[in-house]
Amino acid sequence: MSDFFSTLLDELPQVGAGLWVTVQATVLGSLLALLLSFALGLAAGSRLLLVRGVSRTVVEFFRGTSLYIQLFWLYYAMPQLTGYELTPLLCGVVAFGLNYGAYGSEIVRGAINSVPRAQYEAAVALNMTPLHRMRKVIMPQAWVQMIPSFTNLLIQLLKCTPLLWLISAADFMTTIEHIRSLTGETLTAYLLLLAVYFVLAYTLTLLMNLLERSAKRRLGLHTGGRSLFRTRTAEAVTTAGGTR
Amino acid sequence: MATEPAPLEKTAAAAVDPLLTGVEPLVRFDKVVKRYGDHVVLDELDFSVRRGEHVTLIGPSGSGKTTILRLLMTLEKVSDGVIWVDGSPLSHVRGPDGSLKPAGEKELRRSRKKIGMVFQQFNLFPNMKVVQNITEAPVNVLGMDKDEAESRARELLDLVGLSGKVDAHPSQLSGGQQQRVAIARALAMRPEILLLDEVTSALDPELVAGVLDLLSDIARSTDITMLCVTHEMNFARDVSETVLMFDAGRVVESGSPEKIFTDPEHERTREFLNAVL
Amino acid sequence: MNRTFDWDAAGDALPLLLEGFRVTLLATVLGTLVAAVLGLAVAVAGRAPSRFVTVPVKAVTEFVRATPLLVQLVGAAALFTSVEPLTIGIVVLGIHYAAYTSEVYRAGIDGVPKGQWEACRALSMSPRRTWQAVILPQAVRNVLPALGNYAISMFKETPFLAVITVHEMVFEARAYGADHFAYTEAFTLAGLVFLVASYPTSLLMRKLEKRLGH
Repeated sequence: MSDFFSTLLDELPQVGAGLWVTVQATVLGSLLALLLSFALGLAAGSRLLLVRGVSRTVVEFFRGTSLYIQLFWLYYAMPQLTGYELTPLLCGVVAFGLNYGAYGSEIVRGAINSVPRAQYEAAVALNMTPLHRMRKVIMPQAWVQMIPSFTNLLIQLLKCTPLLWLISAADFMTTIEHIRSLTGETLTAYLLLLAVYFVLAYTLTLLMNLLERSAKRRLGLHTGGRSLFRTRTAEAVTTAGGTR
Repeated sequence: MATEPAPLEKTAAAAVDPLLTGVEPLVRFDKVVKRYGDHVVLDELDFSVRRGEHVTLIGPSGSGKTTILRLLMTLEKVSDGVIWVDGSPLSHVRGPDGSLKPAGEKELRRSRKKIGMVFQQFNLFPNMKVVQNITEAPVNVLGMDKDEAESRARELLDLVGLSGKVDAHPSQLSGGQQQRVAIARALAMRPEILLLDEVTSALDPELVAGVLDLLSDIARSTDITMLCVTHEMNFARDVSETVLMFDAGRVVESGSPEKIFTDPEHERTREFLNAVL
Repeated sequence: MNRTFDWDAAGDALPLLLEGFRVTLLATVLGTLVAAVLGLAVAVAGRAPSRFVTVPVKAVTEFVRATPLLVQLVGAAALFTSVEPLTIGIVVLGIHYAAYTSEVYRAGIDGVPKGQWEACRALSMSPRRTWQAVILPQAVRNVLPALGNYAISMFKETPFLAVITVHEMVFEARAYGADHFAYTEAFTLAGLVFLVASYPTSLLMRKLEKRLGH
């Protein structure tokens, strides 16, 4: 085991760079996913049938095909078809963003629908425009509901970043795999991998819990102290189509 | 506290009822039908309300009283018939051929300007403080200056007896207090017509009187037209000039509170009042 | 370089992909079975009277849930080199998803009214009988839609098995793509097969959920 860790220390810059790639893929992928979730989720509630239809099609497409395939298609097939190539990291970001953006749209749609209709009616009674209603009344209340589900989603995104190893994106898994092949210390390598991803997931959870607290406080809701450290992976009962 | 009556609106798209003579009613239901699937809630309803009048709507549940308010507030659409507000159709526009067509969002917003509503469940916005609840619409819908809106909000909170709660959160207020904020919020929009949908039904009995007193004050000191759906018969007696008894989507009887409560003419009215009073 | 979609290549690839698809289905079905059974065991263990049992069980479950499936697969394959890759794949998929299904079972068990437990105690029923005859039948009823959804999820993650050299559909797609320089056709086709397989199934699941009143 000491062999492993001494090699690890030698290769520390590369390992650090690999970790950074993983973090980048997670953060950028999450941002893209969030953006798409809102775009698609709001479109799903549009009065125009065409807009709703397009949103539904896009969502079902990305939910129905596998992330693995989407990633590989972007990395192998797209250059062949269009001659245009993305860097491995960017392939990952786009694939993660599209795939999880589609799942996230369900979260947004569900949360918006869960705001009591009475709030909508009060806003109508005050003669607010639809945009004004959404911005000032509906979305602030829906947002609090979304955060736990988004936490789950983003952790799943993090857990899919090892796929970058398969498209030579030099992420954290790549670097540790490299050290494993150098030292042959399989067990140590994989335990380290699991431990680091676990820590990353927990950090993400803490950050999202902070976000939820501030959102709840703005609604005047009660926030307990312990809720900060609550993990979310337990709340995984899903809607049809299968997010975990 | 006085409100200035809004000028009569005459735009190209607005249509004026050609049958109008004399003093035109502020609100007129003209053979209004409201259907939910097969269930007919309002059955060719005809009634009108004069400017400045205070009307109480009574009757058993399902008789359509709340539906009338919701139609006026454009929360629902009429299945048939026309609602006239201040001489213009509320949710219709005149097409080029002279016929009336259902109105779009823009026209509805123009109609809604004159009307405000207070709900049974208050419906304050939980993501805003009290003062923000009251200033949100005046600033962003009426285009009022922020400081002006805020000082008006404080005036209104004074009027409803909650001057100390300017920066409070709705969740920190009792039901009665929330309802009073809701009334202030509706008044901030300077409506000509105020709709009150069972505004004390969700309150603890000891909080009801406070809200009813406030509404009596408003009725007495302003010329706002009020339509109230309520079970509080004392309130109806104190505040309104006209009581309308509804049953099965139609007006069964109408008259002054004294007349209706002491000497009802219609069988149904008598039945209802016996059960309730 | 740009090129258009080569329909002939797609046609050639399809039978190979479908061969791989059989393995995909096998892995999904068996993996779901393992997850369903193991998840139940974990959920029941999570309610054991002794903290020495519940604490480690919960900790391990949490750990499995929060760590990447791919790492678990590759790690297991590297450690247990004598075992056949497909077997490793099914077992790891099963264990990983058991961590999720155990949550669903737990929710189902917690949803059984306390009075049921008390009635069993009053009738002096053994723990085994209590679980078997009273608690589990009530708890498990609502688990089916969730299990269905996890099966669909698992189905879409079977391509991970390709990494440990299981010849499922995406493995075949990649192999064909590499051999004939036809990645576009191979992966597009694979994606379509996934879509055609999972979309109707999802719709069915949603209908089932509605029927059960979710």
